[in-house]
Amino acid sequence: MTKWILKGLATGIKTTAYPSVPETAPGVSPGRPGTTYFADKDMELIKHCPAKALFGKAGSVRVDYRRCIHCFQCTRTEGYPSIDWEDGFEWASLAGYPERDQVSITPLGRPFSRSVHIRIVDAGACGACMSEIAQLGKPYYNFHRLGLFVTPTPRKADILLAVGPLTDHMRLALQKTYEAMPSPRRVVAVGTCALSGGPFGPSFISGAGIHETIPVDFSVPGCPPPPLAVLHGLLLAAGRAEPVPLKSRDSARDNPGKEVR
Amino acid sequence: MRYHEQISRFKKWQKDPASSGIDGLSINFDQDIPALCLKCPADRILEVASILQEGRPVFASLVVEEDGGDWNLGYFFYGDSNEGLIRLGTSVPKNRPQLSSLSHLLHAVDWHEREVEDLFGLVFEGHPGLGDFVLHEEWPEGINPMKQGFDALTPYPHREVSPRWRPVSLVRARGAFMMPIGPVYSDYAESAHFLLETVGEDVIRTIVRLFYKYRGVEKIAQTRTVSEALLLSERFTGTSAFAHSLAFCQAIERLWKCKVPDRAVALRTFMAEIERFRHHVAAVAAIAASTGLGVATSQAAIMEEELLRLSCRLTGHRYLFGLNLPGGLSLDISDPDLRGAVREAREVLQRFQDLRRLLTYTSSFLDRIEQVGTVSRECARTTGLVGPVARASGIVKDIRKVLPYALYKDLEFACPNEKEGDGYARLRILFDECKESVKILDSIAGRLPGGPVRTKQMEPRPGAAMGWVEAPIGAAFHWVRTGKDGRIERYRISPPSFLNWHGFHLAAERFAFQDFPIILATFGLSVAESDR
Repeated sequence: MTKWILKGLATGIKTTAYPSVPETAPGVSPGRPGTTYFADKDMELIKHCPAKALFGKAGSVRVDYRRCIHCFQCTRTEGYPSIDWEDGFEWASLAGYPERDQVSITPLGRPFSRSVHIRIVDAGACGACMSEIAQLGKPYYNFHRLGLFVTPTPRKADILLAVGPLTDHMRLALQKTYEAMPSPRRVVAVGTCALSGGPFGPSFISGAGIHETIPVDFSVPGCPPPPLAVLHGLLLAAGRAEPVPLKSRDSARDNPGKEVR
Repeated sequence: MRYHEQISRFKKWQKDPASSGIDGLSINFDQDIPALCLKCPADRILEVASILQEGRPVFASLVVEEDGGDWNLGYFFYGDSNEGLIRLGTSVPKNRPQLSSLSHLLHAVDWHEREVEDLFGLVFEGHPGLGDFVLHEEWPEGINPMKQGFDALTPYPHREVSPRWRPVSLVRARGAFMMPIGPVYSDYAESAHFLLETVGEDVIRTIVRLFYKYRGVEKIAQTRTVSEALLLSERFTGTSAFAHSLAFCQAIERLWKCKVPDRAVALRTFMAEIERFRHHVAAVAAIAASTGLGVATSQAAIMEEELLRLSCRLTGHRYLFGLNLPGGLSLDISDPDLRGAVREAREVLQRFQDLRRLLTYTSSFLDRIEQVGTVSRECARTTGLVGPVARASGIVKDIRKVLPYALYKDLEFACPNEKEGDGYARLRILFDECKESVKILDSIAGRLPGGPVRTKQMEPRPGAAMGWVEAPIGAAFHWVRTGKDGRIERYRISPPSFLNWHGFHLAAERFAFQDFPIILATFGLSVAESDR
């Protein structure tokens, strides 16, 4: 046993200091496409997006992050200039569905600032989102240091983390999990599939996201969102981080004072 | 009789059809697939299958296609040497969709037949376990979504499940109890449901209920363009996305007669091995976690995250999404970057081997995985296990060796195998394969050809072809049929997890209940990959 203890000590601390200190290690996040100003002829790039996540607005190409699946077609299609690629991972935001009153969505608040319990439901995810969520409990991210825990029962859960397009066979399980949670409770939808169905839904067997069945409070877009993006979403739901708009962030030209990362 | 002898016998029959003694058996070689195709009337399929199984072929896939008024069935097999595929084909009329089940001859086809019965409505006579499988009990009987005419994009109204519905339990003994596990877990596990029939501590029977995550990928791929279907092929299972998109691309390239540039072939092999390395490191982390060995879990998890970051720096994506394209890769990776990646991979491997040494000297860990979850060689063969799980049970089958693709023909690497078939043997295989993967990375980076990584020369051609890879979990086969306009007409994925889940109950029975999570971890299967 001593060998293991020594091994652990010799490894040192690997854990990120986020959110106190910004995390900039290369490879923690794939980044994502951002608002880009193009010449008119290049606006056709929109047509090359297989996820239909790009749209044009005021001479710029913008991205609907609920649909973007990181296929890189907008930066690696020959004959077109590349879309601007943003670094960073603070992608979480309010759910942003028109049918839901966004003003009514509030974070959990002060009683939860030191201890939040999370229930995870895999509603048909490909495994990448689950793998990224699992990284949160591992040394590089270790979300226990922030008082975030995965709970063995929905009765003790404050946040429901839902992943996947919501397959028919998981609908009942998701509903029951949500109903078993005491209030106040918040739902965080993680990944493009959970937000819009991604490449799978809507279809005969899967829906167009979690919000069709249970009310979604916060969104973490990405395919898959890197661990720190999920962490940002959890902190947001706990009232310990600031949201960013779900649609492409305003570019420097719209908002000269605001820094674009 | 060996597989190659079987092949030469069929080739003899191909020249002289009368010598086979089976009425209506025709044999020809299909260049497109490519496979040696045996075609016989439906009432002769048992006879031909029993001749076929003398050569001890390994079952690859069952592909069902609609052809006018008929159902065309193709059972695919491969052997232990590089002799290519065999397709055993037959057809049945749609108005009488019945044929003999092959599951008692070739047990590996068992689950494939159940799947076909559920999704296509074909009835396999003599099959012991047809019924709700892919589509659970709330789905109406007689509605088969894979049939033409069933709308893939409209939500389908379901009936309610009868409140009287209960899973079938067989164990009748004092104290017998059916323990349900899942589909929602208290940690990060994927959705799957296990019903363990226990008497006291012992698990007598294990029922695996899958397809909670069924997304109908094969159905929704139909009528899509190749580039749209590519997204499905890599995203139906995120943790081995590169391997599966490679199989899909290879099928398209074979069908459309497209020559992939040498550099792309080498880079694809490189990335596939990075993915295998990362997958196996994650699998070892899961095994350590299942035994409650905290430091070892953390150590392996650190390496997993480092390999994820390495993948991201090389290709822009932590899970290698968006890299494969029919005709090559979307991105070139410079030689210095690759050499840097190999250096890093070697350094990670070094620490991974240190971890192995520590694990082998930890008796509390070995006690929990040694002689636990044992699958005998015979059982592994008959249930058609593939990949590291099969290699731990003494079956030396690796698609990279028996059906070489990409660069594997020219590479020197060993195919590790063990005989015990227990959890520890499976763990050793994972460690050994990582070593071979890094060896492959090393030899590719040393002699990478120059040139482009993508060819544009591709003419859509109607027809069908098979693509295959050795995914991290085992042999994966992707069948793609495209029409004149280049759109997908049929896409069939035979993932390794599906084959291995079929044999999983063998390992999980006759052991104590607390061994179950450990056996599950040593199998290291993906639910998303199996469910599609």
